[in-house]
Amino acid sequence: MKKAVIATTSLAGCFGCHMSLLDIDAKILDLIELVEFDKSPINDLKTFTRECDIGLIEGGCCNSENVEVLKDFRKHCKILISVGECAIMGGLPALRNNIPVKECLEEAYLNGPSVAGNNEAGIIPNDDELPILLNKVYPCHDIVKIDYHLPGCPPRAGLIWEALYALLTNQKIDLPYELVKYD
Amino acid sequence: MNNTKIESIVGRYNGDATRLMDILIDIQDEMGCIPDDSIQQLSRILDISKVDIEQTLTFYHFLSKTPRGKFTIYLNNSAVANMFGRKEVAQAFEDAAGCKFGEVTSDGLIGLFNTSCIGMNDQEPAAIINNAVFTRLTPFRAKEIIRDLRKGKSIPELFVAGYGDGNNSSDLIHAVVNNHIMKKGAVLAENYELGISTHRAMEMSPEAVIEEVKKSNIRGRGGAGFPTGLKWEFCRKSPGEKHFVFCNADEGEPGTFKDRVILTEKPDMIFEGMTIGAYAIGAEEGILYLRYEYKYLQDFLEKHLEDLRQKNLLGKNILGNPDFNFDIRIQFGAGAYVCGEESALLESAEGKRGEPRDRPPFPVEKGYLQQPTIVNNVETFCSVVKVIQNGGDWYRTLGTKESSGTKLLSVSGDCRFPGVYEVEWGFSVNDILDMVGTDKDQVQAVQVGGPSGSCIAPNEFSRILCFTDLATGGSLIIIGKHRNLLRDIALNFTDFFIEESCGSCTPCRALTPILRNKLVKIIEGKGVMSDLRDLENWSKIMKTNRCGLGQTAVNPILSSLKNFRDLYTSKIQQDVAYDQGFRMDEAVAEACQATYRGFNY
Ligand SMILES: Cc1cc2nc3c(=O)[nH]c(=O)nc-3n(C[C@H](O)[C@H](O)[C@H](O)COP(=O)(O)O)c2cc1C
Ligand code: SF4
Ligand code: SF4
Repeated sequence: MKKAVIATTSLAGCFGCHMSLLDIDAKILDLIELVEFDKSPINDLKTFTRECDIGLIEGGCCNSENVEVLKDFRKHCKILISVGECAIMGGLPALRNNIPVKECLEEAYLNGPSVAGNNEAGIIPNDDELPILLNKVYPCHDIVKIDYHLPGCPPRAGLIWEALYALLTNQKIDLPYELVKYD
Repeated sequence: MNNTKIESIVGRYNGDATRLMDILIDIQDEMGCIPDDSIQQLSRILDISKVDIEQTLTFYHFLSKTPRGKFTIYLNNSAVANMFGRKEVAQAFEDAAGCKFGEVTSDGLIGLFNTSCIGMNDQEPAAIINNAVFTRLTPFRAKEIIRDLRKGKSIPELFVAGYGDGNNSSDLIHAVVNNHIMKKGAVLAENYELGISTHRAMEMSPEAVIEEVKKSNIRGRGGAGFPTGLKWEFCRKSPGEKHFVFCNADEGEPGTFKDRVILTEKPDMIFEGMTIGAYAIGAEEGILYLRYEYKYLQDFLEKHLEDLRQKNLLGKNILGNPDFNFDIRIQFGAGAYVCGEESALLESAEGKRGEPRDRPPFPVEKGYLQQPTIVNNVETFCSVVKVIQNGGDWYRTLGTKESSGTKLLSVSGDCRFPGVYEVEWGFSVNDILDMVGTDKDQVQAVQVGGPSGSCIAPNEFSRILCFTDLATGGSLIIIGKHRNLLRDIALNFTDFFIEESCGSCTPCRALTPILRNKLVKIIEGKGVMSDLRDLENWSKIMKTNRCGLGQTAVNPILSSLKNFRDLYTSKIQQDVAYDQGFRMDEAVAEACQATYRGFNY
């Protein structure tokens, strides 16, 4: 059987969801039997080299680059999965959503305790190379169509595995209570 | 300083915590707001927790912890006000006052606030300033009002052009409000003679009164249309220490104003109807729950109650009957549409948040203070007076077979003669349109029954106003072809429900805004076909809401989608399958501005 191709990325996330993916322990060997990785931080491949079957998205969109990457994933992946709270709801980064962007930038570069007094010129980085902050942090499905959502912060390794396994082998997903219980 | 003031206010209500609404309203009226220290004090005197006071206080639009200005201008924000130039008036108020809506001027003189429909749809744009109503405002008039207030004029001095028609110009009202009675029927007829029906009722047994009401086939005029005789019978049969009669004069459905006209012209008839109700169910206390927007009628109504007591039509041993004592007091609301829902109304009258109760038990079993209670609309009580006067059989000769009697319609919007029309049930929408002076070619839609009702298109104008076809609490808003139906009507109404939801049920609280945002997305041209399906499918869950507000909160969207689908589909992006409305240029604008960066995608 031809192996399925998977791509992954971390947008406005903490990499915790990727850690959780690695946390499937020895099953990673089973996974490798089933899939090959294309663009992903796991193999450090920076660009797509081919069309993919599954894209795993960690993190929501907080800046213009996140949006570009996400759209690129939609273009190259048959199935897109939002993995984790940040991708699904914006998560922790979305705590800034009720604060004007200007205030956030000023806190980060001018007034915050770690910068106050160290930025005499009062510069807020604005080089054209830098991604531009969005007015708020968006969940992925606000930008592109997302086919599946795996909840959790991060989703349990077992949940990620069960979901991938079910998708790859075209079976019904096994969701024991422990995998979707959050307290 | 305020200590004695608050003690004296509480004293007026004998320290009764169930009268918290009255207490808070008096504090607000006399002190301009209800500050934290007075909450503390109230909590001590009334022996209820601070939180209990705060949750009532913060629920109502007209109560506030912070000052709202020496003169507080509440400008109606309903759809019809907007149709007649509210935006320009609001702008003029802001320019002249020098503050925005939601704010108070720095000198504390003037506060500008938005409010939901104030029952003046036939004379918009309208505003309430310190309990006085100002109608048909223009930008010029708005500027004039602010200028005069700044000059130190009092509210009565602002009325330069005389008062409104009928009792509106009587000494105890002095309002510029107009009744605009365009057609009279059984209720509004001149031939009403006070007392005849009470006399007649008391010649009958309470059971016979109920039988007569049942025979008349009259159904509630407040919107839900429950058979009145049956309600009274249930209540009479319910055991309880006391029974109560409530008249629902909350009239909050945007576009409805007929109860205001009855309150102005036929107050005795309402009170007589309540008295007959009291006799029928065996009650000694009646409460007229009056929306705060109609506070300008207070002195007038109190005087009428006093006169009725003098005439022995209220009070002890009414008309010499040793077994019948009944009196009525007025309970004000404080700005909350949901309090028109009968169980929320009772909660509110008990001094609490106007949050609808779970039913059953129904008010007829456990109502005010957990005692059997009837709640009826203003117009229902008046109709009962006619039923008792002329008999149930006579009443059934009016209207249609299933819908007997007359109905007061509140007609507003794009027509030459907005106002109150009392017609027999059985008229078609077409008949009404002829009556109110419209050019039918120019009518795009008619909103029947207010935002919670339905928005119908010309192909349905032959439908009949009655309980079995187009049931209505009486509001008809005529919407001309030149109006933007989705933005100016459907969206405005949906925002109204979002504003007025009590927040108890999740679909009402959360799904209404979600569907509203979808509507906005469609209006902005960012919609896709699946949005229409989502609107239809997701809204099904609104049925699970506890009260009528939530159950009908997305009707403005659903009924316009059903009857004006083209308006939606013409705005849908045809070749796009998925779009949640995200636009990069809009999303980065703020950051670009903050960092002096250009952006070109
Ligand atoms: C959100 C909501 C608001 C209502 N507002 C009013 C109102 O302002 N006046 C009214 O008479 N009935 C109103 N009703 C209907 C009342 O709950 C109740 O059915 C009515 O007062 C009963 O009187 P009736 O049988 O005489 O019509 C409202 C219902 C809901 C759900
Ligand atoms: S969902 Fe949790 S683990 Fe995953 S990226 Fe967000 S914060 Fe990290
Ligand atoms: S439906 Fe809405 S208004 Fe009615 S009880 Fe529920 S939340 Fe409150």
